[in-house]
Amino acid sequence: MKVSRRKVVTTGAAATAVAAVMPTLPARAAGKSLTIGVCSDFSGTYSDVGGETSVVCVKQALADFGAANKGYDVTVIKGDHQNKPDVGAGLARQWFDSGVDLLIDVPNSAVGLAIAGVAAEKNKAYINSNAATSKLTGTACNAQTIHWTYDTYMLSHSTGGAMVAAGGKSWFFITANYAFGQLLRDQTMAVVKAGGGTVVGDVDYPFPQTTDFSSFLVQAQSSGAQVLGLANAGKDTVNSIKQAHQFGITQSGMKIAGLLIFINDIHGIGLDIAQGLILTESFYWNMNDKTRALTKRIVANSPNNYPCMGHAGCYAGTLHFMKAVDAIGVDAASSGSAVVEQMKKMPTSDDAFGQRSIREDGRFMCPSYLFQVKKPGESSTPWDYYNLLHTTPAEATFAPVATEGCPLVKA
Amino acid sequence: MMMIFGKPAPLLFGQLLLGVINGSFYAMLSMGLAIIFGLLKIINFAHGAMFMIGAFVTWGLLNYLGINFWFALVLSPVIVGAAGYALERTVISRIYKLDVLYGLLLTFGLAQLVQGAMTINFGSSGVSYAAPDILSGVMNLGFMYLPVYRGFVIFAAVIICFAVWFAIEKTKLGALLRAATENPALVQSFGVNVPQLIALTFAGGVALAALAGVLAAPLYSVNPDMGSNLINTVFAVVVIGGMGSIGGAILTGFALGVIEGFNDVLYPPGSAVVVFVVMAIVLLARPAGLFGKVT
Repeated sequence: MKVSRRKVVTTGAAATAVAAVMPTLPARAAGKSLTIGVCSDFSGTYSDVGGETSVVCVKQALADFGAANKGYDVTVIKGDHQNKPDVGAGLARQWFDSGVDLLIDVPNSAVGLAIAGVAAEKNKAYINSNAATSKLTGTACNAQTIHWTYDTYMLSHSTGGAMVAAGGKSWFFITANYAFGQLLRDQTMAVVKAGGGTVVGDVDYPFPQTTDFSSFLVQAQSSGAQVLGLANAGKDTVNSIKQAHQFGITQSGMKIAGLLIFINDIHGIGLDIAQGLILTESFYWNMNDKTRALTKRIVANSPNNYPCMGHAGCYAGTLHFMKAVDAIGVDAASSGSAVVEQMKKMPTSDDAFGQRSIREDGRFMCPSYLFQVKKPGESSTPWDYYNLLHTTPAEATFAPVATEGCPLVKA
Repeated sequence: MMMIFGKPAPLLFGQLLLGVINGSFYAMLSMGLAIIFGLLKIINFAHGAMFMIGAFVTWGLLNYLGINFWFALVLSPVIVGAAGYALERTVISRIYKLDVLYGLLLTFGLAQLVQGAMTINFGSSGVSYAAPDILSGVMNLGFMYLPVYRGFVIFAAVIICFAVWFAIEKTKLGALLRAATENPALVQSFGVNVPQLIALTFAGGVALAALAGVLAAPLYSVNPDMGSNLINTVFAVVVIGGMGSIGGAILTGFALGVIEGFNDVLYPPGSAVVVFVVMAIVLLARPAGLFGKVT
């Protein structure tokens, strides 16, 4: 049998394209019907911090809101953006055109920013719970977008600031080379320099193809820096930390600052290696009775994956959206700017974050928590991983509204 | 300190070594692909999934049955190889008469299925697997710290690659295999059970992927995507080496690992494309690959 190389290559490309199947929408029913689209990473590096558990959280919010009892017919659909901005924006456009009222989740800053533009163009509500870029409430903010759970300002100031304060003055960065990693690195560099520290090196690696970080880790090690700043997330962080352990980086005294680490990552790394890591989240399932009760409800449908802060944002965001829809009516809520304006007017209240508010630039205001990962002996139940070190109040967690350059904010 | 290309020499020596380690995996995986393609004319897109399953079986053997790494080195390839044998007999063997592209699509679909099923069961962050205690330390080589386990991987990969190359190219069994694919009717007339031989070859190729998976388990996060992340590079290795050339796949695997290693110091953002740049250059100069024969 003869095979031409061209045939192999073209068929391989076609086969890859087959995987990018667009989900289809059910026909829209009359009455108080709504559609919520969960746009996330269902197969790649961020699928544990978003993915199916985000869908479970959205559905849990609808159940806790009592949507069915109140006469709402809410359809939840999901779509995989594959960490590609063009795929995410195309999906969002298709969804909004066919009647999706709220698009939620969206890990990956590049995709998150692309969808913010589509939401504004189509005037549809968009709650980003899982991308880090602070541009969503800065230069890229709009009247249809709310940024829920965390951002790069919070991460760089909380984790970065704590490491500098603890004496980590010279830094080497390993950066995921796209919108999120670059911004997180730049903001953390600013924190380091403001604290009197120096940056001795930085490598930008291709995202999302990189799985072996050994070359970059050896460069970090030979730089002699005190702190290794990981401006990445998801499986990249898991792999970086595990491989840093193999190369004896932590054992040799270099501290690791994982600038965005979720509890799901700690689960993947294992406490043996992760113990002692410093990280920041704005939600921890084992924080209080309400978060524990909520987590119990969520884990019933997501048994292998506990909710991280991004998931909690999907829950709280959906709940708040439904309250706003209830206040202004389904017809009015088909306007993204109207429902988002209502969401900003009302204080938020939920089991994940408590009583909070949304700022005029679309920033959900919540405290951030600096955690240290427990030693294996300290962990008493499954996923019992964190000790709370410090709480930063909401006003200090996020950048002051006037400094972000959001066009919605009047000077 | 001596500088090469504006970088400290010890750093580049370190990258050379790391490149050889990554190259070990490229070599082991591309060798299995080259055997399956060379002898069966199946472009096995499921090879990455087999690698991943090998790692998960290793993890499962330890966590469910308490079987350690050393036994897993043998058991995991045997288990995955047996699954490969069953797969060949029930599914793959049905498409030998069709165009080679059907094999590609079939194995691509199988890979997606396996990967999806593993993601549902284990999540995409995966699970962790510790290196055996005896290999868990770090060696100070002067110019870098080398994890003992990574040193072991180079050692194991060289032995495995040589053994497989020798078996296929230099033994009677290898000659029989090559003859059976060249002219199955003739070989069958000598009383050889050719379908059985071909199924065992497929199983062997798959077992090699699983063996690489066992070696990879302590190095990387054991996760459902670990194979699909590597498979594109490994295909590039096979194409550069010359499709179906086993020796070519081995040498190219190691060489590309080293090229990638240097690139990671000189221009890190380009590390995802350097292999494909090399592929393009090689194909322009030698369309059949470095070691391939034009047919």
